[in-house]
Amino acid sequence: MKEYLYTKSHEWVQFLDEKTARIGISDYAQGELGDLVFINLPEVGDELVAGEEFADVESVKAVSNIYSPVTGTVRAINEELLDHPELVNADAAEAWFVEVGDIVGQVDLLTEDQYKAEL
Amino acid sequence: MRGGPDPCWHFHGDLCRIGAIPEVTGMDMSMKLIFEKSIAGRGCDLLPECDVPVAAVGNKFIRNSEIHLPEVSETELSRHYTELMKRTFGVNDGFYPLGSCTMKYNPKVNDEVAGLPGFAEIHPLQPVGTVQGCLEVMKLAEEYLCEITGMEAMDFQPAAGAHGEFTGLKLIAAYHKERKDTKRTKIIVPDSAHGTNPASAAMSGFSVVNVASTKEGYVDPEELRKVVGEDTAGFMLTNPNTVGMFDENILELTKIIHDAGGLNYYDGANLNAIMGLVRPGDMGFDVVHLNLHKTFSTPHGGGGPGSGPVGCKERLVRYLPTPRIILKDGRYEFAEKPLESIGRVKAFYGNFRVVVRALAYILTLGGEGLRNASENAVLNANYMMQKLQGIFDMPFSGHCMHEFVISLEQLKQEKGVSALDFAKTLLDYGMHPPTMYFPLIVHEALMVEPTETETKENLELAVEVYKAVLEQARKEPEMLHQSPAKTVIGRPDEVMAARNPVLRYQF
Amino acid sequence: MGTYVPNTREEQQEMLREIGVHDLQELFHAIPREVCLDGPLKLPSGLPELSVYRKMSGLAGRNKVFQSIFRGAGAYRHYIPSIVKQITSKEEFVTAYTPYQAEISQGILQSIFEYQTMICELTGMDVSNASVYDGATAAAEAVIMCKERKRTKALVSETVHPETIQTIQTYCSGTDMEVILVPAKEGHTDMEALQQLLDEETASVLLQQPNYYGILEDAEPAGILTHEKDAKFIMACNPISLGLLKAPSEYGADIAVGEGQPLGIPLSYGGPYLGFMASTEKLMRRLPGRIVGETKDTRGERAFVLTLQAREQHIRREKASSNICSNQALCAMTAAVYLDAMGARGLRQAAESSMSKAHYLAGELCKLPGFALVYPGEFFHEFVTTCRGNVDKVLRALEDRGILGGYPLSGKDAGHLLWCATEMNTKEEMDTLVSILEEVTRA
Repeated sequence: MKEYLYTKSHEWVQFLDEKTARIGISDYAQGELGDLVFINLPEVGDELVAGEEFADVESVKAVSNIYSPVTGTVRAINEELLDHPELVNADAAEAWFVEVGDIVGQVDLLTEDQYKAEL
Repeated sequence: MRGGPDPCWHFHGDLCRIGAIPEVTGMDMSMKLIFEKSIAGRGCDLLPECDVPVAAVGNKFIRNSEIHLPEVSETELSRHYTELMKRTFGVNDGFYPLGSCTMKYNPKVNDEVAGLPGFAEIHPLQPVGTVQGCLEVMKLAEEYLCEITGMEAMDFQPAAGAHGEFTGLKLIAAYHKERKDTKRTKIIVPDSAHGTNPASAAMSGFSVVNVASTKEGYVDPEELRKVVGEDTAGFMLTNPNTVGMFDENILELTKIIHDAGGLNYYDGANLNAIMGLVRPGDMGFDVVHLNLHKTFSTPHGGGGPGSGPVGCKERLVRYLPTPRIILKDGRYEFAEKPLESIGRVKAFYGNFRVVVRALAYILTLGGEGLRNASENAVLNANYMMQKLQGIFDMPFSGHCMHEFVISLEQLKQEKGVSALDFAKTLLDYGMHPPTMYFPLIVHEALMVEPTETETKENLELAVEVYKAVLEQARKEPEMLHQSPAKTVIGRPDEVMAARNPVLRYQF
Repeated sequence: MGTYVPNTREEQQEMLREIGVHDLQELFHAIPREVCLDGPLKLPSGLPELSVYRKMSGLAGRNKVFQSIFRGAGAYRHYIPSIVKQITSKEEFVTAYTPYQAEISQGILQSIFEYQTMICELTGMDVSNASVYDGATAAAEAVIMCKERKRTKALVSETVHPETIQTIQTYCSGTDMEVILVPAKEGHTDMEALQQLLDEETASVLLQQPNYYGILEDAEPAGILTHEKDAKFIMACNPISLGLLKAPSEYGADIAVGEGQPLGIPLSYGGPYLGFMASTEKLMRRLPGRIVGETKDTRGERAFVLTLQAREQHIRREKASSNICSNQALCAMTAAVYLDAMGARGLRQAAESSMSKAHYLAGELCKLPGFALVYPGEFFHEFVTTCRGNVDKVLRALEDRGILGGYPLSGKDAGHLLWCATEMNTKEEMDTLVSILEEVTRA
């Protein structure tokens, strides 16, 4: 299984190869956010910039921005999340938000151990 | 048994009873939708037969789809809404201390005069000679509200506070645009502001710059200096601010903005604290909006209609929405549209009959009465705050203005009881809770605005109830998670509502 | 001085003592002296209730209440059943705040849920919000909600109510939305022009049905053209007409909006009225304002709550697509009670009667020399005619007889009259109108 790396803003990124990765949010983040009721995802073809917001998640009374760990182009979005945001609460590591290709940059990423130490 | 006064003391008896009936009888007595009461063939007989030949409609315009509307007798219809009425809590039902909402008593004479045929049955496009009374209402209300706020002109087209904010910001945009000062694209908003402020700024085409509050809840002049610049279009502020404190540095703050070439916008949400005492126009504000449905006693109607007139200083008058009313040779008329006007923000002239109510209120109170209302709003808030002092954690020290904030952060940490739990428990005492989770800069906030129309004994009763709930929270915190128990429904599942939206009845 | 402050001077003194201050002024110490008012407000002294009533009645008396109205142009006089006025003046409904505390607001919440359902039924759309300010702002909000990153043009037919167009222009000015008017041709939207204007940057097309001139637009091809370019089709509709005429959904509309005033709301010199907004399910999350949803409570009972709140300004702040907070809830309830009382049959009857009377009136008017329909095509309950002689003089003559005649159009339509008839106008009244006109326009 490919390694999960993390950002300080609680996103995870999983590189499928050098230029391609999936992005989601950490289990800690989903716990803090509580029951998610909707997820706004970008469109396929959108350019993401490392460190900048690309999606947001809604709980009943809050909206939180999700920041991209990498710079690249959205290849696919997890459409299942649009109808079933609860999947993020159920298994945050499985519930990827987007798949990004043509990656040309990234923010500082933490290993799982480093991330856990930060919490 | 829970402590405190009898929880049912001023709820409609039915509110407490309804839940119990099915258990007794086994019958389904739950509240039905009007559609579920519909029986084909029933209805009300309202209109006479058409006394001219029926006009034919071309096939391509004829409706093919069925419309499901209820078929109910007038008796059923009347009772349906009486049931709904009993499941509704208004200012008339009891203490309603919603912070920043100014839920004061809504005088009945205002409603009565607004219902006079001479106001209610007037077509908006009647010739001006036949609507002199309507135009005079708006001119008088304009004159009085200008005096109260220290502005030069007031326009009633905006239908609500947020609509007024949008309109006021458009005036600011028009001002800079006419001066060809096109780099001014930013509106500065304190982080403690109402959500409508940043939303209105964005909607008006500005970007929003947040300025942090000090821990006392004020805008820090030093922080403000850091964010102003050549791109500053304006600054939005409410004073007293959203934590219920008057910003002593107000003149310094508005000067910082003016010196930078920006304009100052006054959010009138909290005007109820200062009528007759101090005016936005004298504090350095260039444009204001008022909420007639807060400060000027017009009712909220379960969410609206309100009225959000916008006032401004002389240099912004020509940008106001059109049409403007003028008095010419003893007769009210509409002025020619100035080229610089931002245009219309709504059809016709605004929520006119709300303005009628507000005018009746101002006439009743007069200048002295308005000041007296503000003084008593502040007195009531301070009295209640004083009585709760030392028992509840108050994040801001000193006398408050018309409202104050309690933080239940400590209770949350120690007992797991949140502001929401606390508020929901108040419902079991037949009391409307304060505003929860606002301002955002205070954790587990409850914001209490008693208003001037509450009696001393009501405030004392509320204090006793708050204390009783606090005591209960310490003794049996788990009970508060389950509250309310005595209302017609328990807490609704908001996650389910948002995840699987059911927004209409399916036939 | 009238007052609604209950506490006596003695009680106020007691309260001050308890707070630990000497007088009220001490509570206001935070207000810098240099900004304090140095004298009383220059307002008249307060008045007791009877005096206020007299003063306000005097003002109301300076307006003319027309018994006979043949004017619409965005505000329509229909019959308001007695029960509508009674129900909507119940104090609980009138004095309640926005139903944030669902447990003690089920009445308001359920009434909005019922309203939303009825608006969906009328328009044929999937979801409705709990109202916006009026028809004009509803149209403007609809235009704004269709904006997409690469689609920033809003096409608006010139046959839409001019005040709606002006409102849309104000809402879009200063943003990156561009409003482009689709020209009119003989009182209809020019479909060829529409086709030419539509492109990949078009976010939405707005048509009014019936349009400002009362004409029924050929909306179906307009919807098809709009969707060919993947833009959103917005229809502004008269709600009474929907009792008889095609629903926006039947024309393929993505969003239906309109002025809800005809549904039981008095003319009120222009407000408060009611903006209704409904859309397809796909656009649900872009709808502005409050929306009520059904759910269950902790006891498993049906319950109603404000939902999808994360779209709104109090949560999304500067990222919210609309700033709306207060809406027109009591007016929405008024519309709901009106529709309950009328039922589908009553609504159809009101629509049919209005349309028939307008056609009768048009027929009779056009028998007069100098009066003729200006535009071809089918119309609902409004129509435009020429006028013989000076328009102002003709209207003043009607006014003297207690009749509010057709609305004198301006601009390129100057000299024409926009007439309206509803179920409120009897045949006798219309015949009288025509005979007066015959008299005053006789050469």
